[in-house]
Amino acid sequence: MSTHLPASPARRPTRRLPLAQIEGLPIILVFLVLVGLFIVTAPQVFLHWPIYLSFLTTVPPMLVLAIGLTLVVAAGEIDLSFPSTLAFSGFLFSVCESSLGNPWLGVIAALAGGALIGLVNGLLVACIGVPSIIVTIGTQFFWAGTASILSGGQSNALQELDGSVVYTVFAGNLFGFLPMQSLWALGLAVFMWFILNRHRFGEHILFIGDSRHVARVAGINVMRETVKLFVLMGVLGGFAAVLLTLENLNYFSTQGQGYLLPALAGVFIGGTSVFGGTATIVGTFFGTFIIGMLEAGIVATGIAGFWVQAIEGVVFVAAVTLHLLMESPGKLKQLRALAGLGGRP
Amino acid sequence: MMDKQPETGGAYQHIVRAEGISLSYGKIRALQGIDLAIGRNEIVGLIGDNGAGKSTLIKVLTGVVRPTSGKLYIRDKPVDWTHYSVREAHRLRFETVYQEKSLGEKQPLWRNIFVGRQITNRFGFIKVAEERRIANDLLKNQLGFRGVGIDADSTISKLSGGERQGIAIGRAMHFDSDLIILDEPTVALAISEVRKVLDFVRSIKASGRACIYIEHNLAHVHALADRLIVLDRGRIVADIKSGEMTLEELTKFLIDLQQSGHAVGVG
Repeated sequence: MSTHLPASPARRPTRRLPLAQIEGLPIILVFLVLVGLFIVTAPQVFLHWPIYLSFLTTVPPMLVLAIGLTLVVAAGEIDLSFPSTLAFSGFLFSVCESSLGNPWLGVIAALAGGALIGLVNGLLVACIGVPSIIVTIGTQFFWAGTASILSGGQSNALQELDGSVVYTVFAGNLFGFLPMQSLWALGLAVFMWFILNRHRFGEHILFIGDSRHVARVAGINVMRETVKLFVLMGVLGGFAAVLLTLENLNYFSTQGQGYLLPALAGVFIGGTSVFGGTATIVGTFFGTFIIGMLEAGIVATGIAGFWVQAIEGVVFVAAVTLHLLMESPGKLKQLRALAGLGGRP
Repeated sequence: MMDKQPETGGAYQHIVRAEGISLSYGKIRALQGIDLAIGRNEIVGLIGDNGAGKSTLIKVLTGVVRPTSGKLYIRDKPVDWTHYSVREAHRLRFETVYQEKSLGEKQPLWRNIFVGRQITNRFGFIKVAEERRIANDLLKNQLGFRGVGIDADSTISKLSGGERQGIAIGRAMHFDSDLIILDEPTVALAISEVRKVLDFVRSIKASGRACIYIEHNLAHVHALADRLIVLDRGRIVADIKSGEMTLEELTKFLIDLQQSGHAVGVG
């Protein structure tokens, strides 16, 4: 008996290039190419700072949501209820401000409201076993409806907060130009990267997404971790609601609409696996900026506005397909063979 | 029942010893008066037909089911059945390696070795460098994964079936199990992969641990075990030391056993 295992020829110790180990590299390249493309086609817009600063105010709420979704998708779950968290938590924030005059209590209420939404989702998914896509479609309707009932469908102007401490902290401009919400979102992205990749909780999420059975055998409390995950997603939704409401200085009960698909698209364009078990925060970061940039970019190049969604759709499907092919080289080989590019004879 | 965590180096003769274990499911007598002792560095092959009671016996030893009667001694000390459970068996450093589905496919090897028992700081952040280092050490020095293009960062999906069994066995060894139970680890593996698994089982022996090895394939277990225990309809019918029987004799013995069984069944 030899103590060395026979080497199988299929798998050689191909030293990976150091460059290829950078997380989210393909999507970073796509991002840079896209920026380059916009600079060439619309230099009058993309060679000046204002457009980028405007992205730094519009993208952060979406980014906060997409970061939370990245973890949810990593666990093989999905959350479609976050637009209603934007409405419900936004309402709690605005009502604390306008009725009690206490915006900080409003921030806490918004986070707590998000946690409640997440807790309900988590308990239904983890303890009863209802598929998360079903649960969160239902709770999306419920909480959006609740927000409408409570606010009477009315919007709530919060102009008095302009220049207040809470505004300065969450939506002001650092050094007079750098939007605070972008710093919050960046800090959160870094923190959540560490949670996902370096914390026990993140590892549990990845194993749960990989296989529930394996996670259980490994001693992971799948139920508890799933509930925690949905609560986390809810709290992040509540935080996004605070950023959004403060940026607009206005609450309206439909303020979550329009976030569902872009936030999800950011996650999947970024390269997080649709099947769970792997996820990339860096990818989500750039994926979300790509989504947030496309609209302004396409309009600035002079293409008529109604092209925007069609182009977004193409980018989305192309990105997800590409990631899938990279995930399973076997399929890539099949594709090559199909195209007659040196596959099987 | 032992209160303290048992010392690995403590003085004991048998890691596990069963006396007169019987278990009935209603009218079906799954185990009948099993007497069995496993030495502290012994590889014992457990063989027998389907339904002979192999799995049931393992379940009794690892606290999954409680027998109808009989006594169990772990490290020569009697076990109180009312407190014996899977968790208690883990605490006493018994680890069962199931044939499949014990590794996260898309995760790197180092995560798979430590998942559920991560090395973390007090905030729960994983000490990745340390886990990687230990995983690489385990791969190279204990499991002999040298020059096969696998390291701590390889994902499980890149590993062959035999290598996966190796990782599961290595995990059990790292966490200092004194008794590793393998439940048919070579089922559905190619021949070259089977050889790898058998090498891993030898590394269990080399590291001074005990192993109970359930196997269908006589050739595999015959070449490897210090002792073979043959179960038939809930009884131990043979206890064969290595070298007492050739593979041919063993095969014939088992075939005869089966035929006599049918004869009894008819008569």
